[in-house]
Amino acid sequence: MTAETVPDAGRGRRPQHLDLDALIDDRSTRVVVCCGSGGVGKTTTAAALALRAAARGRRVVVLTIDPAKRLAQSMGLEELDNEPRVVPGASVGASGGELQAMMLDMRRTFDEMVSGHTTPDRAQAIFDNPFYQTISSSFSGTQEYMAMEKLGQLAATGRWDLIIVDTPPSRSALDFLDAPQRLSSFLDGRMIRLLSAPARAGGSALRKLVGSTFNLFAKAVSTILGGQMLADASAFVQAFDTLFGGFQERANATYQLLRAPGTAFIVVAAPEPDALREASYFVERLGNERMPLAGMVLNRTHPVHATLSGARAREGAESLEAARGDATTAAVLRLHADRVETAERERRVLARFTRAHPTVPMVDVPAMATDVHDLDGLRAIGDLLTS
Amino acid sequence: MAVSTQRETGAAGLFDEAGVERWPDALAGARLHVVTGKGGTGKSTLAAALALALAADGGRTLLVEVEGRQGIAQLFDTPPLPYAEQRIAVAPDGGEVRGLAVDAEEALLEYLEMFYNLGLAGRTLRRMGAVEFATTLAPGLRDVLLTGKVKECVGRTVGDDRRSRGSRRPLYDAVILDAPPTGRVVKFLDVTKAMGTLARTGPIRTQSEGVVALLHSPQTVVHVVTQLEDLPVQETLDTVDELTGANLPAGAVMVNRVRPARLPVAGVGVDGDGLRAGLEAAGLFLKDDEVDGLLTEVGEHTERLAVESGVRSRLDAAGMPQIELPELADGVDLGGLYELAELLREQGVRHDR
Repeated sequence: MTAETVPDAGRGRRPQHLDLDALIDDRSTRVVVCCGSGGVGKTTTAAALALRAAARGRRVVVLTIDPAKRLAQSMGLEELDNEPRVVPGASVGASGGELQAMMLDMRRTFDEMVSGHTTPDRAQAIFDNPFYQTISSSFSGTQEYMAMEKLGQLAATGRWDLIIVDTPPSRSALDFLDAPQRLSSFLDGRMIRLLSAPARAGGSALRKLVGSTFNLFAKAVSTILGGQMLADASAFVQAFDTLFGGFQERANATYQLLRAPGTAFIVVAAPEPDALREASYFVERLGNERMPLAGMVLNRTHPVHATLSGARAREGAESLEAARGDATTAAVLRLHADRVETAERERRVLARFTRAHPTVPMVDVPAMATDVHDLDGLRAIGDLLTS
Repeated sequence: MAVSTQRETGAAGLFDEAGVERWPDALAGARLHVVTGKGGTGKSTLAAALALALAADGGRTLLVEVEGRQGIAQLFDTPPLPYAEQRIAVAPDGGEVRGLAVDAEEALLEYLEMFYNLGLAGRTLRRMGAVEFATTLAPGLRDVLLTGKVKECVGRTVGDDRRSRGSRRPLYDAVILDAPPTGRVVKFLDVTKAMGTLARTGPIRTQSEGVVALLHSPQTVVHVVTQLEDLPVQETLDTVDELTGANLPAGAVMVNRVRPARLPVAGVGVDGDGLRAGLEAAGLFLKDDEVDGLLTEVGEHTERLAVESGVRSRLDAAGMPQIELPELADGVDLGGLYELAELLREQGVRHDR
């Protein structure tokens, strides 16, 4: 089938348009969370949206997680002090809006969370534990957990009327929702007690279940990791025990905030099979958790600018080349045929997503030749996001 | 008017424009090919195509993934892979590719069973979360377990029973590792550092020392997949520096999804009237806004070419062998993988047996 006869699976039920201006202008929108798999432009989307919301009169803070260097510089985020700072040059005073930005420092956020829940000397004992250093800097869910914690802190101040959050560049967008739970179950101490003293901690049911195997396992694990590691972990979990209830409470509060009216999730994707598969999982998951999805931003699309079909463009190029006609025109026609091909492919990939999720509103942002590295670039993205 | 098309698909050849061989003998002799790249550049796809290309002509390769995403199964359109090596494809001109999804928890259980005879209880421990807990306690342990399994596969010889112990012929000509993305890969491969979190003795420790030896030997090469855009190229160059710093052997830069250059970099001065005349000569009578649309496309193309030319010279300056692969019109399906494998072979990609 040639391009012009393809009726196009997606076009029949073109997804509803996602109106982001309406979202950010709505004063009842208090939190916007940008999610998606790594490398799809989440941070840029979050920053552009924040800048636009501020220009339209909102008092905004944007929490970025791991911005590309030049994007960070463009927002004045050169130093990592874990506090929001006014973005220089955002100059949104006339509208009554303002823009602050920060970059998450997960270690410091964790430290603050510990300090906030215990006495200084107990906090110090925790900080000094080598195991704490591992957990707070390299545990795979810590970044997600701390992003949620920071969101909770920012929301609690009441200092801003709109908080826009970027999410960590995880392997999977779902990690953002799963990691806090994983970390909590890790820290709740049951396992470490089992490993350090399985006979006492397990209870009779468990003993019956695995018998002496657990002892053997514990011994094997301690052979691999070293006795010191287990001892550190054990001491850490004991020190943590008193804090744990408080942590859990906060994590729950943040989780409720994510489900509360006023929160909106935006799923960011690119027209690639992997990114859209991730977006699909995430949309389903949000539905299950009853978290409010505003819609999807589809970044880096390659729309065509002329309706001339790919087949006609190619024929035209061929006839010019055969007749030794104008080479430049032939090249322009070939270029157009390439673009039609790319756009068709992207539409096919997207159609798979829209068939599964026909009601998700969507806006697409055409690919730009260069990466965004200043506020004007962010403003341009903001225009595209809302066009 | 000169219109440059030399970067078109299939015109890559054995040497790049700077005259650097795309797949030198050192790469053809390596047995462990680690493939990394910025997320979204096509690292898993190219790892799979590389596994096909290196198995061509009657060889046998193993494609390994370590991130638990079942990417191999998706690419080769097979059911999810278990924790066992399975034949997943037939290579061009005879040969086979096997696939393996390594899982840190399974690898830990495998060890425990081997050394401590845990028997069936291992499954129960896993269900309880005890195994995940153990691999989480020491983040380095996960990486050590994953790379340890890879090393075991590289070292495997044909017929691992007693009878044929005399034959030291490797079971796999090459093992291709679909590694974590650029941001995490050096940490992943820096097993020496990860071992710092483990006990000073014991079976895993012993094997880790073997992993370190393998990764820092000429048997290993680390390829970086990129696209001709600013950020992926920057990450590629950063990663190459990091690899060098960690004394890990960098292999080739694999430039993926190269789109044909239809017009020269410096604008050729395509103007509306000239274009309209040309179009009419081709029998195309378009409305003004159509012609304007085509001009917009020309503008964007020229802009993109300028960016590409800039990042290309930064890549060239790194002096590494470069492989180049085009954007596939239909996206990557199984047929596309074979097409990419063929294009790799045309650029000299092979394994010297």
